[in-house]
Amino acid sequence: MKKMSVEDKLGTNVFHTDEVNSHIDVDKAYPDKEEIMKVVLACPAACYTYENDTLSFSHLGCLECGTCRVLSHGKVVKDWNYPDGTRGVFYRQG
Amino acid sequence: MSDYNAIIVGGGLAGCSAAIVLARAGLDVLVIERGDECGQKNMTGGRLYGHSLEKIIPNFAEEAPIERTVTREKISIMSEGSCLDIGFGSTKLSATPETASYTVLRAKFDKWLAEKAEEAGAEIIPGIRVDRLIVEDGKVVGIDAAGDEITADVVILADGVNSLLARDIGMKKELEPHQVAVGAKEVLKYSEEIINERFGLKAGEGMAWLTMGDPTLGGFGGGLIYTNKDTLSVGVVATLSDIGHGNISVPDMLERFKNHPSIAPYLEGGKLVEYSGHLVPEEGIHMTPELTRDGVLVTGDAAGFCINLGFTVRGMDFAIESGRLAAEAVIRAHSIGDYSKAGLGYYELALKNSFVMRDMDTYKGFPTILTMREVFEDVPAMVDDIATKLFTVDGQAGQGIIMYIVNTLAQKTSARELVDLITKVLEAF
Ligand SMILES: Cc1cc2nc3c(=O)[nH]c(=O)nc-3n(C[C@H](O)[C@H](O)[C@H](O)COP(=O)(O)OP(=O)(O)OC[C@H]3O[C@@H](n4cnc5c(N)ncnc54)[C@H](O)[C@@H]3O)c2cc1C
Ligand code: SF4
Repeated sequence: MKKMSVEDKLGTNVFHTDEVNSHIDVDKAYPDKEEIMKVVLACPAACYTYENDTLSFSHLGCLECGTCRVLSHGKVVKDWNYPDGTRGVFYRQG
Repeated sequence: MSDYNAIIVGGGLAGCSAAIVLARAGLDVLVIERGDECGQKNMTGGRLYGHSLEKIIPNFAEEAPIERTVTREKISIMSEGSCLDIGFGSTKLSATPETASYTVLRAKFDKWLAEKAEEAGAEIIPGIRVDRLIVEDGKVVGIDAAGDEITADVVILADGVNSLLARDIGMKKELEPHQVAVGAKEVLKYSEEIINERFGLKAGEGMAWLTMGDPTLGGFGGGLIYTNKDTLSVGVVATLSDIGHGNISVPDMLERFKNHPSIAPYLEGGKLVEYSGHLVPEEGIHMTPELTRDGVLVTGDAAGFCINLGFTVRGMDFAIESGRLAAEAVIRAHSIGDYSKAGLGYYELALKNSFVMRDMDTYKGFPTILTMREVFEDVPAMVDDIATKLFTVDGQAGQGIIMYIVNTLAQKTSARELVDLITKVLEAF
């Protein structure tokens, strides 16, 4: 099968995203690269990217799994919650 | 007076099962679900063992939106380029409702179960996230959602693997990376006929296919394929403590799995209709939190009730059973008017006597085995070697199978390592 980017895959989902408020608070200046790479590799939605020694994060596309919190709470992930009710991903298959 | 007899947080399988049983007993029940509809936030691999829901809704499969009835099992040990399959098809699989298992898609299935809860008399409020439990003098007396407080004699936590609510009141510790795995899954669309042909199935029959080895590059985890009616659920599961081993991202593991030469032909031509991610509790009985306190019970994934045995994953039947038993405990507490930890004592007792604790106890060694790198790295490589030699005819003098195995073991491990591995496996049990 032709390879799809994570972005294109997420494009098939329905999201009711809160464009403004993020439900995850990320410390983008976190100094430990090893810690950063864990969330970069583990996030199924590729919300975390690390390029040129800079961590970027976007909550758009988040699948609300909790992986980044479990891996790095108190470190890269300062605060994590589910989005407000009715916001976020809306699975039609599941 | 409380607003409700019981508030259930989370309209997944545990929550809806509890709601049905409580409502049937005539209690005032409120289910609060953060998704716009029940099921809308939920994902699973694919296979529901029916026995526990049978106790609540006999012959549920006749009306529930199940995808297919599983009649074929397949397990594969994969290394790069190779795949050893163990297949099992039998008319005995799924022969009776009590032994049957079904592939399901949760958005549809949970929605149906929530309707059953409403029919039974439960009230469901979707689209609301519960932010906090209200605790007075050590007793949980209600919930707070966006500043609105609602009180109840008892709160049942059915809020899934992350259970921020159980964590916040200290019934459960924050999850550790070795206790959970992340699952990433695609639902791919085909025609019903193509799925039947490719997997050798009759209409309505389904296959559950689990793999270990290659896609996680020796990390702990594996791949899964479940046949739905006209879609396939295709995913990978990777334990969080092992992320970074092999330096491959979770989305890349999924691509690697889909493109493995033994998997790719089955997936050809599928159209992606959804991409999902979710955590799976993996540490079994070792991660059981406090299950009851005054005015509160913890059920399903929130309580870590799930086992991953490599050849099968079970969490849904545990969620349903624990939801039912929590409801039975609340009904007893209601009859004596005592919602304290003691009054809710039936829950833990009944769990202990049920398959939930019994099976988690039986497989308590599995989390240990699953953290042995040999199982995911060395074993697939050895199996690949043995099978390759066994099935290769090249005009060279052949060896007996025992010699193939001995040679491969000797090449791959020292006698000490082998003894170590066997000892660890035995100790785990
Ligand atoms: C990749 C993968 C494969 C799996 N494969 C299988 C399998 O083949 N067979 C099997 O039996 N099990 C499998 N499992 C496990 C199974 O999916 C779970 O054990 C099961 O879904 C648990 O059900 P639950 O009702 O406890 O939790 P969930 O289904 O997670 O339900 C929790 C509910 O609570 C809601 N919620 C959470 N927080 C709040 C809040 N604060 N306020 C309001 N609502 C809230 C959520 O929206 C959700 O609806 C798999 C899991 C994964 C991730
Ligand atoms: S919750 Fe899951 S999907 Fe969302 S950012 Fe964290 S790891 Fe990624």
